[in-house]
Amino acid sequence: MINTVIDWLNTTLPLPGWLDWLWWTVIYLVASLALLVGLLVLIAFLLLMDRKVWAAVQLRKGPNVVGPFGLLQSFADMFKFVFKEPLIPAGADKGVFLLAPLATATFAMAAWAVIPVNENAWGKWVISDLNVGVLYILALSSLGVYGIIMGGWASNSKYPFMGSLRSAAQMVSYEVSIGLVIITVLLLVGSLNLTDIVNAQKTGLGTSVGLPNSFLDWHWLALFPMFVVFFISALAETNRPPFDLPEAESELVAGFMVEYSSTPYLLYMLGEYVAIVAMCAMTTILFLGGWLPPVNVAPFTWIPGIFWFIGKATFVFFLFAMVKAMVPRYRYDQLMRLGWKVFLPLSLLMVVAVAAILHFGGLS
Amino acid sequence: MTVTAFFFYLFAILAVISATLVITAKNPVHGVLFLILTFFNAAGLFVLLGAEFLAMLLVIVYVGAVAVLFLFVVMMLDVDFAELRGGFIKNAPIGMMVGGIVLAELIALFAFQGFDLGVGKQLAAAAPEGVSNTKALGLLIYTKYAYFFQGAGLILLVAMVGAIVLTLRHKEGVKRQSISAQVNRTPETAVEIVKVAPGQAIVPSAEGRR
Repeated sequence: MINTVIDWLNTTLPLPGWLDWLWWTVIYLVASLALLVGLLVLIAFLLLMDRKVWAAVQLRKGPNVVGPFGLLQSFADMFKFVFKEPLIPAGADKGVFLLAPLATATFAMAAWAVIPVNENAWGKWVISDLNVGVLYILALSSLGVYGIIMGGWASNSKYPFMGSLRSAAQMVSYEVSIGLVIITVLLLVGSLNLTDIVNAQKTGLGTSVGLPNSFLDWHWLALFPMFVVFFISALAETNRPPFDLPEAESELVAGFMVEYSSTPYLLYMLGEYVAIVAMCAMTTILFLGGWLPPVNVAPFTWIPGIFWFIGKATFVFFLFAMVKAMVPRYRYDQLMRLGWKVFLPLSLLMVVAVAAILHFGGLS
Repeated sequence: MTVTAFFFYLFAILAVISATLVITAKNPVHGVLFLILTFFNAAGLFVLLGAEFLAMLLVIVYVGAVAVLFLFVVMMLDVDFAELRGGFIKNAPIGMMVGGIVLAELIALFAFQGFDLGVGKQLAAAAPEGVSNTKALGLLIYTKYAYFFQGAGLILLVAMVGAIVLTLRHKEGVKRQSISAQVNRTPETAVEIVKVAPGQAIVPSAEGRR
């Protein structure tokens, strides 16, 4: 979509040669800003939804005071954090201490540059249509660990350091199975581009047995075990309950975030939620058909693809919230066992099995 | 092209500065963080060269995994800074010798090649027109160099198995969870029903005390 707009601007308002980078720069800045603002507003309401779902499971009302149904609660929280005084411990490494939450938030938001939210007559709705989009996401999600390690170390305190130690091992472990799950999807698609991955789900298991294009074509059905592994690994990768050991409040106070307050704390929370929603979007793209309508007939195809995308991502987020509300926290050794002894062999086997089926079944 | 040139100089200058800071930083943790920044800028240079696959691999492997472990080693080890600086004079001749040899080699290389390493020509051959470099790399690795690739993988596997064997110890007297043993318990093996007569204590059997 961005390229269409730039081409249109270049033809209607042509610029002199030495200024030809101007429209390009302006449009990319505007598009990035629009994406971030949309994302952050969405996250403000998803955060409220998270708390509401949690409350509903525990038969509470949840936040209901600020605004109608508590809709403005997240904004009130944001102002509370921003207006508080940031405290920096005397023994802390000041530069790294302040850099850590910034790094978490920046890396989480940077991942959104390659996530396509729609494709229509105007082109792809994505900031950067990178050839290696999947690897870019994988790289940035593996960078998320730095915010936590740096924060834990720079606080110069026991519990934050314990929390960051745990989180590094946890995130490195589950990245392995996420990588292998993504490989099975890539075997089916044959491209590392995220838009190609969605478009490849227009045909699949459903159409191969003669059904019309529908949600049965999406990868969640063909790769169901991998869908489950990816969902659970995404929980672990984003430090969501039941895998929120880096901030296990019953044993580590609040883990790596103990010493943080005010805006740095807000940045940590924001980065965490942006990463969670990015993982929801990745689940949507890899397994739930992205912006494709569930059934390719009239009333469903009238709705623009971006609403399907947001709807599916919100559904995955709802699953995240339900897991948080229902499942007790894992013990650390159980977490490691699950990652290395269950998910890794399972996903490795699936890579071999999917490759074998594609090769010997003559499907590739 | 001007934008590309601007980003090239940005990444190149930042890479050189942060690489210098890696060896001059007083705090080793800061040193590792600057090393990570250097990797980042190198990845940026790869992207500018059109080798985005290598750039992403650099970030995933070196920044995402290797540097994390490196950072942990540095954080966990109790490094004595005074002792480190004390060894500076002692180690300076060796360091200067290594640096001198590398410098001499570089000078010799550039002098004999006349500053033309044919890099441009090799770049054009690396990824054929119309094929993404991921695909080009895959076509080479999995056909022409398939055995070398498998061999490298095998070496890494042996190294990993070796590391696990060296560190795997089953300590006695440590509580361990055995999932299969837990799942395989039945009421017959786990529950003991004892009839208690009023006014009498229960004397647990040897079986029940487990």
